[in-house]
Amino acid sequence: MNDALFLHRIHFAFTITFHYLFPQLTMGLAPLIVALKTLAIRTGNEAYNESARFWTKIFGINFALGVVTGIPMEFQFGTNWAQFSRLTGGVIGQPLAMEGTFSFFLESAFLGLFVYGEKRLGKWGHWWAGFLVFLGSWMSGFFIIVTDAWMQHPVAYTRLPNGGFSVASFWGLLANRWALIQYAHNMSGAVITGAFVMAGVGAFYLLQQKFVNHARIFLRVGVIAGIAASVWQVFPSGDLHGKYMARNQPVTTAAMEGLFTSQTGAPIVIIGQPDEEHQRIDNPIIANKVLSFLIYGTTTAEVQGLNAFPRDQWPTNIPLLYFSYHVMVGLGTIFVAVMAMAAFLLWRRKLYASSWMLWIILLCVPFPYIANTAGWLTAEVGRQPWLVYGLLRTNQGYSTNVIAGNSMFTLLGYMGLYLVLGILFLFLIQREIGHGPVLAAGGDINSGAPITAS
Amino acid sequence: MEPVWFVLVAIMLVAYVVLDGFDLGAGTLLLLIARTEEERLMVIRTVGPVWDGNEVWLIAGGGTLYFAFPLLYASSFSGFYLPLNIVLWLLVLRGIGIEFRMHIENHVWQSLFDGFFAISSTLLAIFFGAALGNVLRGVPLGIDHFFFEPLWTNFRTSGQTGILDWYTCGAAALVLVALVVHGALYVALKTEGTLNQASRKLARRLQPLLIILTALGVPVTATVRPLTMHNFREHPLAYVIPLAVAVSLAAMWIFERQAMEKAAFLSSCSYIVAMLAGVAVALYPSLLPSSEDPARDLTIYNTASGEYALRVGLIWWVLGMVLAFGYFVFVYRMFRGKVQVEAGHEYR
Repeated sequence: MNDALFLHRIHFAFTITFHYLFPQLTMGLAPLIVALKTLAIRTGNEAYNESARFWTKIFGINFALGVVTGIPMEFQFGTNWAQFSRLTGGVIGQPLAMEGTFSFFLESAFLGLFVYGEKRLGKWGHWWAGFLVFLGSWMSGFFIIVTDAWMQHPVAYTRLPNGGFSVASFWGLLANRWALIQYAHNMSGAVITGAFVMAGVGAFYLLQQKFVNHARIFLRVGVIAGIAASVWQVFPSGDLHGKYMARNQPVTTAAMEGLFTSQTGAPIVIIGQPDEEHQRIDNPIIANKVLSFLIYGTTTAEVQGLNAFPRDQWPTNIPLLYFSYHVMVGLGTIFVAVMAMAAFLLWRRKLYASSWMLWIILLCVPFPYIANTAGWLTAEVGRQPWLVYGLLRTNQGYSTNVIAGNSMFTLLGYMGLYLVLGILFLFLIQREIGHGPVLAAGGDINSGAPITAS
Repeated sequence: MEPVWFVLVAIMLVAYVVLDGFDLGAGTLLLLIARTEEERLMVIRTVGPVWDGNEVWLIAGGGTLYFAFPLLYASSFSGFYLPLNIVLWLLVLRGIGIEFRMHIENHVWQSLFDGFFAISSTLLAIFFGAALGNVLRGVPLGIDHFFFEPLWTNFRTSGQTGILDWYTCGAAALVLVALVVHGALYVALKTEGTLNQASRKLARRLQPLLIILTALGVPVTATVRPLTMHNFREHPLAYVIPLAVAVSLAAMWIFERQAMEKAAFLSSCSYIVAMLAGVAVALYPSLLPSSEDPARDLTIYNTASGEYALRVGLIWWVLGMVLAFGYFVFVYRMFRGKVQVEAGHEYR
């Protein structure tokens, strides 16, 4: 692998992975904050409004970091992947420009009003401002998924005389089946992060007997959203995504599952390390015939293994792909179990007193972040060696005019900058959680304070 | 279709400079006039609720460039790799400088965040100015339509140029002065008392410099790349643009001295619009000229997307802009009037 290409790949991987730590929480929290506002209006209980204000502050810090780390993504296609941009701008430039035009203007306008306009907008006006922030963030997610889905499963394009791609059907691009399935799967992933974070902070307070009323609200809303999203994550969205992938990127499925040779009644590997050289799984724990069943609905179907494909089409980093996928699926299963237990205790009215369950919820908070990251790694490492699946290889897409030295310079710059951001982020979040939800007062736009402060 | 998209992308970038321009100028004011804690807080409050929406024009403009003129996006963003990434870092620091300040009441931390905001705003104005200079001067495009510029080479305007040379440094100085005046007039409009007075005084003191740099800009640009004057010679109607620049400068001068804050700020807006319109006319139909050979220019024709993409894009672009315009009117109306120093909730 040539140095510049490698550095451009790490550059993108690092900046996008760090970036997505923030949007997954804001997209996940947005509907929960709207739910809190709805409950406040329906019950007239001020504790719901106080809870909504507290989560709006957490949302705001994450939103600010999502914005500042997101801008480099919009420009990095051009800076580091110029050949790719030149060829594909006529297709994926479309959803990326739409994201700016439809989502970012909406979000940036109404977040400020949501944070500062509570008094002036009135309760329903304020609810609408919150809802529009939610809508903006979820539209933003959709446009990004459309972009990625086209790279995974290119549809609705024509080739131009200069070799470039151009969109041939606007609705065909937006309604790419891969995009719809991936969106369904990705957004519930974000809600899982939001739900675990909300429930986790509730558990943290209850274990200390602080802010008890608010903590119970956090737990109840978090657990109900968490069980719904966790189940949806596995079925139907995860199931559909897996089946669609097996039919459209069969070599990726084979690598994800560690299936080296084609077989009927293919097993699923639960534990084991893939050994590419000897084409086997070390110390395997497997479930026979399950893979065939999951993909084709019958235990006897044949699943193609890696040996059915030429080597130059294999994903380039099979161990990373295999483990990303297994971590994602393993954690997804654990989330269902944890949230099911918590939901059961909530239903039996025992959750708030079950300190062991509160501990489990609290300790689970980092894992949705890991699962979401692993899921995206699965998608993108699995797409290799292609930038646009089957059409444009990764080694044909980078900026040949940007030498390795320059790419290294900016990569190190981003690493240093993001280290500072990460430390500041943890520091600020820790302070907000320490302050808790009680003191949070409604904002006033005339103060002119920045959009996320209050 | 291509000329239409040239205009639309230009509108987005002009909107960005006019709107985020005063945020950047306000940032520089922290270095120049806002001495006390209270004054710094007031300056930040004038931009607090709006800076993020203003910045969206850059992001949306970048996305639109990507979709309408992919080759231009690819060539210029990779060729300007170093300054663009530095701009991105500065945008990161500027954003957290404004947003994080309000979450911490300790004044040491606040000074740090104020420093982020002030220094990154100033450097952003300088880099945007240098970028503008680079586009006007042209870049050493190869036959493959690509190029790469280091930060500087020998500070000359021909051969293997760098981002910084004597001409682009001059453009950077002009843009910095213009945005500081713009920001000062905006802060004056949004504040009262000593800060208002200091902002107005600064704007008055910088105006002669702004006029001198603007007047120098035209002959110098014509010398560096004579083709920039081509459209003006072919279409004398275009001379209305330098006239608009002159009128705006005069209006800014007069309104400021009559304490008509809003009119002075709007004159500054029209100055920026007219200047950038002049740049657009000087370039058209090129988007990024070659410094060596006009045949290698990246133009709206050799960089555009397919016809269908441009047509369908026009539909959603118009819809999106109508919505965005509505949000902006709504937000700025909610935020109208002077900011108050005591009306904050940010301290807990």
